[in-house]
Amino acid sequence: MKIAVCVKHVPEGHGRIDPDSKRLDRSGEGALNHFDANAVEEALRLKGDGDGEVVVLSMGPEKAADSLRKALAMGADRAVLVCDEAAAGSDLVATSKVLAGALAREEADLVLFGQQAEDADGAVLWAAVAERLRRPVVSQAAEVTVSGDTVRVKRQTEFGYDVIETSLPAVVAVSDAINEPRYPSLKGIMGAKKKPFDTLTVSDTGVAASEVGEAGSKTEVRALGAPPSRGDAKKIEGDANAAQAIVDFLAEKRLL
Amino acid sequence: MILVFLEHHDGEIEKGSLGVLAKGASLGDADAVLVGGGVSSLAAKAGSYGAKRVHVADDPSLEPPLPQPRVDVLAKIVEEGGYDTVLFANSVLAADVAAGLAARLDAGLNWDLVDLTGEFVGKRPALGDSILVDVGWKTTPRLALFRAGSFDAAPAGGGPPEVLSAAVQLQEHSQAARIVDQQLEEASGPSIEDADVIVAGGRGLGAPESFTLAEELARALGGAVGATRAVVDAGWYPYSAQIGQTGKTVSPKLYVALGISGAIQHKVGMQSSNVIVAINKDPNAPIFEFADLGVVGDVHEVVPKLTELVKQRRA
Repeated sequence: MKIAVCVKHVPEGHGRIDPDSKRLDRSGEGALNHFDANAVEEALRLKGDGDGEVVVLSMGPEKAADSLRKALAMGADRAVLVCDEAAAGSDLVATSKVLAGALAREEADLVLFGQQAEDADGAVLWAAVAERLRRPVVSQAAEVTVSGDTVRVKRQTEFGYDVIETSLPAVVAVSDAINEPRYPSLKGIMGAKKKPFDTLTVSDTGVAASEVGEAGSKTEVRALGAPPSRGDAKKIEGDANAAQAIVDFLAEKRLL
Repeated sequence: MILVFLEHHDGEIEKGSLGVLAKGASLGDADAVLVGGGVSSLAAKAGSYGAKRVHVADDPSLEPPLPQPRVDVLAKIVEEGGYDTVLFANSVLAADVAAGLAARLDAGLNWDLVDLTGEFVGKRPALGDSILVDVGWKTTPRLALFRAGSFDAAPAGGGPPEVLSAAVQLQEHSQAARIVDQQLEEASGPSIEDADVIVAGGRGLGAPESFTLAEELARALGGAVGATRAVVDAGWYPYSAQIGQTGKTVSPKLYVALGISGAIQHKVGMQSSNVIVAINKDPNAPIFEFADLGVVGDVHEVVPKLTELVKQRRA
């Protein structure tokens, strides 16, 4: 079985938005989006000792190679980075085109995503990619099992669990409750350097440059402002009077 | 014209969807869409929240809550109806429907919005809510997903809507997935989604037995008990009480967080609560960044006293 895992290289820490370009500042240190580590782990678990292949795929700046190398160090077999200045500033529609184009080249049986991007809090990309690939999609997977050409997913929802079965090829987004990602071993880190690593341009994915980046995006950031105020946040030390202070606060807010 | 996707569960339209519908109707003429099996009877309620017309796709094949058949139905309605704006209340299902529709229609999708202006500028808190971003669309249709609890679901007093039967033509890839089993977990006691007061417990309670602290305070305040994913995963409390990204999203009048650090996954499920009170012994816990009243202290000392004082006051 061939499994492709889409991963994102995200800025470390809280990140900042560049006031001029209104894009997330990606110039500093970054790391593998930790939700994507769950997807890499699940791919490695599903492959097991079998003779399948796990390909990790990302769209991002040159530095995104670091995150792909981490996934290789965890045990993935091969990496593909779509790295193209034209793609900078791509929104959901544009990004999904490029990823779908890169995935179409791979013809994987199963495509995995993590449950969200830490930086953009986005939790929607897989559904757009699946639609472009015209493949079934299941998100919030808390368990994934594959038998033959069927994938069975336990999907966590607001109301409990749904057990969903679908035919392969399919797209599955895993929840971060699904597993504990392994840490790369020293041997894994050394071995990662020798694994195949392809770098593609946008046109290699069969997508025109005019369809990506800001030109190809259908949404835009117009302005940056201060966050909504939560009013006068108060913080007190929990001494003997803390309980009384809470009661007074609730009374003042007419909540008692 | 605006179209609002109405999600439903157990024969009721979700409160979040009705809130988004009321918001949509306040911006202009708004229609709604209901997709499912046996959902026709829900259309009337959409009228009282401002829907002029309700597209109903009622078919047994649409009964399982799967996203892709809904993309097929919505794509046809949006294209044929000429809708320029489609609004969704965020949920596991709605996010997948919205993103699938964005790809199908090559339309812009902005997500995690907390508001939308009459000029169609969306407001999105970003970077751990440290910044508020104004987002827009360059083309139509504009698709928007709203953060849960962004709008009150207040009936607008509209009359019965015109009900339109929507065509159901599903694409091949939309029919591949099927639900083979459902394990719905029903909460015991007051439902946390409808509760005005929620007392929630996290790892900081220290042990499963300590959940009695949360239960007793909830009882004194007349509220329900919630839990973080960490304690649900650890088996301290049932999943039906889980609040956060993979649990329920709540917006009570009062949210009391006991021993909860306030990780982003929990925060997204409760940040639109009116008033947040947090008790945690770690002064650096992220929850203090968005609590209205933060108490740095031991829940085992503060909470029993607090419960006693609340009881006295209410007696």
